Amino acid sequence: MKLPPGVTPGDFAEAIKQFEEAVGEQWVYTSDDDVALYRDAYSPFLGEPDEIVASAAVAPDGVEQVQSVVRIANRYKIPIYPISTGRNLGYGGSAPVLSGSVVLDLKRMNRILEVNERNAYALVEPGVSYFDLYRHIQEKGLKLWLDVPDPGWGSLVGNSLDHGAGYTPLPFRDHFESHCGMEVVLANGELLRTGMGAVPKAQTWQQFKYGLGPYVDGLFSQSNFGVVTKMGFWLMPQPEAYRVATVWVPKYNDIIPFVDIMARLMNSGTINCHIWIESPAYNGPPDGEREALLAKPDGGSPEEWDRYAQDRKIKFWGCPFSFYGLSKVIDAQWEHVKEQFSAIPGAVFEEGESFRFPLTPEQTERVGERSKLGIPSLGVFSLGARSAVNPTPNNGHLWLAAVIPMTGEAVLEAQKVFTKAFREWGVSPSVGLPQSYHWRTFVLLYGFPITDDIETNKKNRATFDRMLRLAADHGWGEYRTHTAFMDTAVSAYSFNDHALLRFHEKLKDAVDPNGILSAGRYGIWPRELRKAKT
Amino acid sequence: MMRARNATLSALAFILLGAGIASGQNSSWTLFSSRSEQALAPKIQRGKEVFQNLCSGCHGPDIKNASPGIGATMPGTDALAAKYKGTKPALLEERKDLTPQVIKIFVRNGVSVMPRFRKTELSDGDLEALSAYLTRDNKP
Repeated sequence: MKLPPGVTPGDFAEAIKQFEEAVGEQWVYTSDDDVALYRDAYSPFLGEPDEIVASAAVAPDGVEQVQSVVRIANRYKIPIYPISTGRNLGYGGSAPVLSGSVVLDLKRMNRILEVNERNAYALVEPGVSYFDLYRHIQEKGLKLWLDVPDPGWGSLVGNSLDHGAGYTPLPFRDHFESHCGMEVVLANGELLRTGMGAVPKAQTWQQFKYGLGPYVDGLFSQSNFGVVTKMGFWLMPQPEAYRVATVWVPKYNDIIPFVDIMARLMNSGTINCHIWIESPAYNGPPDGEREALLAKPDGGSPEEWDRYAQDRKIKFWGCPFSFYGLSKVIDAQWEHVKEQFSAIPGAVFEEGESFRFPLTPEQTERVGERSKLGIPSLGVFSLGARSAVNPTPNNGHLWLAAVIPMTGEAVLEAQKVFTKAFREWGVSPSVGLPQSYHWRTFVLLYGFPITDDIETNKKNRATFDRMLRLAADHGWGEYRTHTAFMDTAVSAYSFNDHALLRFHEKLKDAVDPNGILSAGRYGIWPRELRKAKT
Repeated sequence: MMRARNATLSALAFILLGAGIASGQNSSWTLFSSRSEQALAPKIQRGKEVFQNLCSGCHGPDIKNASPGIGATMPGTDALAAKYKGTKPALLEERKDLTPQVIKIFVRNGVSVMPRFRKTELSDGDLEALSAYLTRDNKP
């Protein structure tokens, strides 16, 4: 067992004993086998001594038990690390940032406290998964949708607090934006409710976000200032219809007018769907000529890439647009979208699937793009799993997710910067494609597999770290990152000698003076550990 | 969060919606079972529920005529089909060679992109029930 830093074996043993008294002996895990279950399933340090591991785990079943655990942790200065369902795969999973922390496993707190159909919201505990709430809504026959990430077995609370996102319209697919009200156990064990929840007889906790005074909810996301024990979420009323259609444009530089038109349509509300700009030119089957172009010092000129696409009779860029709502309105939206994109010579429009709701169980079964309809799925595990087309499975992945402006010029620049760096670093070049989950920006995603080979993992970690720094040099910060890279990712946000991080540290010292909560999460370390690091 | 669009992987169903017949209602043990098998029935039924809740999203059977997209795929079933190439069933529910020890190893350690399951997600008792369900047709 790896003890928390600075904690004596005697204090640790006493804390464990008191945890057992607080939550029940069977819900405190200290054996090597049990604690190993909290390892990060997708650790980039797989098989290496540097892997971050917990010392123990405690699994309370209610708010009062969480308060007791926090108070005990304060008494003995035990670092604890709350997780919800522990399925934040690719971003640290159920493992802490600081080795030796005690994981505070909230999975048993899995109550769906309220689902209100008339005002379209839910109030849930951290252990409730997207599957849980989806099944509840289906069983009750409610005409509500929830937005789901991939995979769908994560926690609504945990995903939201890590700024996760899904695929239906905004604000629902931005899971933090769509939350409304939270309950938090502070580091001293005190219970706090945000927004209208601070009113003792609150009638609108899940309807009005701000309450009165400073809006503090954001302080509890991507942070370590409290343990969120309840959270409200706005749900989407079931639409009448859904339709998807794709716009294709032929040339490399068409991305510039394409994104301009798309952004205008998004900002004016005609398009409100998850965006993933595709490129058959960059993402087709293996092709030596593509690799040769990417290997050139300039990564291939626009003219060379246009010739490449023309020779293969493929379009350079395309994007499927999903529409949700009244059937007649959707038809009008799509007509308007076509009119606007027709300004790009050679634009082609491809009709896709359409549905009217509710779906029958048989129709639901056959939906391929489930997450676009708010149906949770585990299909995303096919990325990386063994299959007929992937004989060499990996052990998970890391995602680099740089936030870039929503312009075609920014997309081309970011792709060039990273591709050039790959060439210089001796890494096989790949081209990231822009997606949009949140308002008004793209994220450019690059995936790194976790393999069985330690040397390959070391090389991928080094590349990942260099990419974070390279992105920062160009003004592109991450929206979220794996626990192993939080310090590096946060260091990009360095304006005025890291004024933002220093402010976070001041808050940390004030609300958690013993530094017991999630030490190191998103670069926020308690005072004593900051001293030790320097 | 990342997902592939228009993936060509085969499309499959939630077992929750369509797999009721294969085991719990199997007449071989509900109608003609021995006393010891009858004693196992509740545990097997619980194991089936566990499988439906935790496993079937990846290890369920194919469905025909799914629309494009990876949401309807079954990565676990596809992985086992690719691994065994027809020498063993790709569906865990059709296997007759699994043992409780093997099931525990995979559940508690994970494999490839399948993560391990903690005891707060799957208790030792439910793991036993799952094993009872997945080994229900094994020959003694």
